[in-house]
Amino acid sequence: MNFRIPILKLRDTLIVSIQWELDDQTAIQFQEDLLNKLHETSARGVVIDLTSVDFIDSFIAKVLGDVISMSSLMGARVVITGIQPAVAITLIELGIRLEDVMTALDLENGLDKLQLELEA
Amino acid sequence: MSNQSSVEILTEWDIVAARQLGRNVAKELGFGTVDQARITTAISELARNIYLYAGQGRIEIQQLMENGIKGILIIAADQGPGIPDVRKVMEDGFSTSGGLGAGLPGVKRLMDEFKIETIPGEGTDIRATKWLR
Repeated sequence: MNFRIPILKLRDTLIVSIQWELDDQTAIQFQEDLLNKLHETSARGVVIDLTSVDFIDSFIAKVLGDVISMSSLMGARVVITGIQPAVAITLIELGIRLEDVMTALDLENGLDKLQLELEA
Repeated sequence: MSNQSSVEILTEWDIVAARQLGRNVAKELGFGTVDQARITTAISELARNIYLYAGQGRIEIQQLMENGIKGILIIAADQGPGIPDVRKVMEDGFSTSGGLGAGLPGVKRLMDEFKIETIPGEGTDIRATKWLR
């Protein structure tokens, strides 16, 4: 029962929309898949859209934080988009700070932000 | 009114089962999306603590009714090693697992009431309640 999150490539950007409840295995598999895809495609940016995610616990937050750091090591920038109000509230109350992470309200804004960043 | 259900925590998959059960009960009780996220997250953290530190244990979800107010009680119980210094684990930023798990202070902030009983060598029993406002 190993589900994999689809990773799409659009020009020099990888787009991921997480639409399922993440269990530990799927989250870790995603980390690996994303880095492999970056390597294969030489994409320079990644957008991870969390619009459909209704909660994030410390484990998922750690996996996300790690994958952002790992992507950055490989020379790619990551934008997190679509964090729901309930998710933002619980993350901060839980004491988790995703610092130095680029975020945007939605996918469209995220792509714009990434483009600006990559052109800079 | 005390309607309860529980999930045995033995594997990572049971963490998912426990938080799904909690979310369903929270939804049924009429909690809004923010409180549903708080309750789901709290259960996920408590279930993960059991999995990481005790190896196995149980998450129990109870529906409460007190003075006409509905609530949800999460009980996280294990017969693991217990917590030698409870005061220390209740400090923000303290972790013995290298940053995995935001820890108990976070769970306490997410919920309205939080009680912990632990005996080194015998186990830990954590009770966290959220009331429907």
